[in-house]
Amino acid sequence: MGSNSIVSNRWMSEKMNCLDLSPNSNSDNEEEEVHVLAVDDSFVDRKVIERLLKISSCKVTAVDSGWGALKLLGLLDDEEEDKSSSSSSSSSSAGFEGLKVDLIITDYCMPGMTGYELLKKIKESSSFREIPVVIMSSENVMARIDRCLEEGAEEFIAKPVKLSDVKRLRDYYMATREIRSVQSSSNVNKRKLQESFDVSTSSSPPSISPSPSPSSASPPSLFSSSAPCSPSSLDSPTRRIKMTSFD
Amino acid sequence: MLGWGVDRLRADMNRLLAMLFHQGVLDEQFLQLQQLEDESSPNFVSEVVNIYFHESEKLLRNLRGLLMDREFSDYKKMGTHLNQLIGSSSSIGAKRVRNVCVSFRAASEQNSRAGCLRALELLEHEYCYLKNKLHELFQMDQLRVLAAGVTYPPQH
Repeated sequence: MGSNSIVSNRWMSEKMNCLDLSPNSNSDNEEEEVHVLAVDDSFVDRKVIERLLKISSCKVTAVDSGWGALKLLGLLDDEEEDKSSSSSSSSSSAGFEGLKVDLIITDYCMPGMTGYELLKKIKESSSFREIPVVIMSSENVMARIDRCLEEGAEEFIAKPVKLSDVKRLRDYYMATREIRSVQSSSNVNKRKLQESFDVSTSSSPPSISPSPSPSSASPPSLFSSSAPCSPSSLDSPTRRIKMTSFD
Repeated sequence: MLGWGVDRLRADMNRLLAMLFHQGVLDEQFLQLQQLEDESSPNFVSEVVNIYFHESEKLLRNLRGLLMDREFSDYKKMGTHLNQLIGSSSSIGAKRVRNVCVSFRAASEQNSRAGCLRALELLEHEYCYLKNKLHELFQMDQLRVLAAGVTYPPQH
């Protein structure tokens, strides 16, 4: 059986006989590693975000445009499939199998298709709207932030992106992914979930950032001052905004 | 003897870095990049910075080209270039270059050609200073790595 992803995952396939990406998969390695699709037209920023994600134990695929991202996901082909007689909404119905990603992080300002437009396209897609999308931007315009959050973005991160931002995202994603998989499957050990949930709640509150970063002391964060983090905040996507005053 | 050389180089590097921070040429984002270096990616900072130099010089050439054109009027295009430069400069921690670009952008939004020309000169100056200092830093780092690699007595 061929791989579902364009980017071959060689070390993964060495460990597994076949690529089983169902939620009930027993392959823990597949489950543990978060695959992030990073979209940014700036080469510098792509290098940085790629490194930030890799150092945070995420698998990364970086692409330089919204169109490139849609193409990788197989969404462009999906639209054409929908127009034909095919009734299935999953990407497996398309002749072209797209990349499987757990999270998309995109720059806002990009030529051609902005991060906002990419976000819209993803949320409009039946097969991809569940994927969390995070927007990055160096301009913290409130109207822009609101618009993105309203369109379904998980979070809006101010550039320059820091290691603490990426770690927080990954931790949040891991916590919510477990909850999502419990909701969709009945075979999961609920006690095991509860334990990891408790661990997550104690480690994820951003005001208690575990990784010491040079900037953690100085910039006022909207996040730690306004949104009190509680266990229930992990159930629904919290609209957390991190604002950093750059100068 | 060589150990003293390595320590000396490291001290010089730290001094240079401290100066650049003090001058506001670099900010904490540069430190963040340094934290991303490890055995698997030992040259990460210089790799990213070199990409930054390459891209920035293209943008600077474009900006100068636009302004040198006597019939220049495309301030919007200028703004696009500047946005890119602002973004990448902030990503590597090039604080002064970034700030100069922000003022430059303000001048372009006012459609002020004279203001833009002045801003461009200042930007080119700041950029050159940054590039020279970072080259110095990387050269020292390369020397330090070389010096640290030499062992006494020689292996063969």
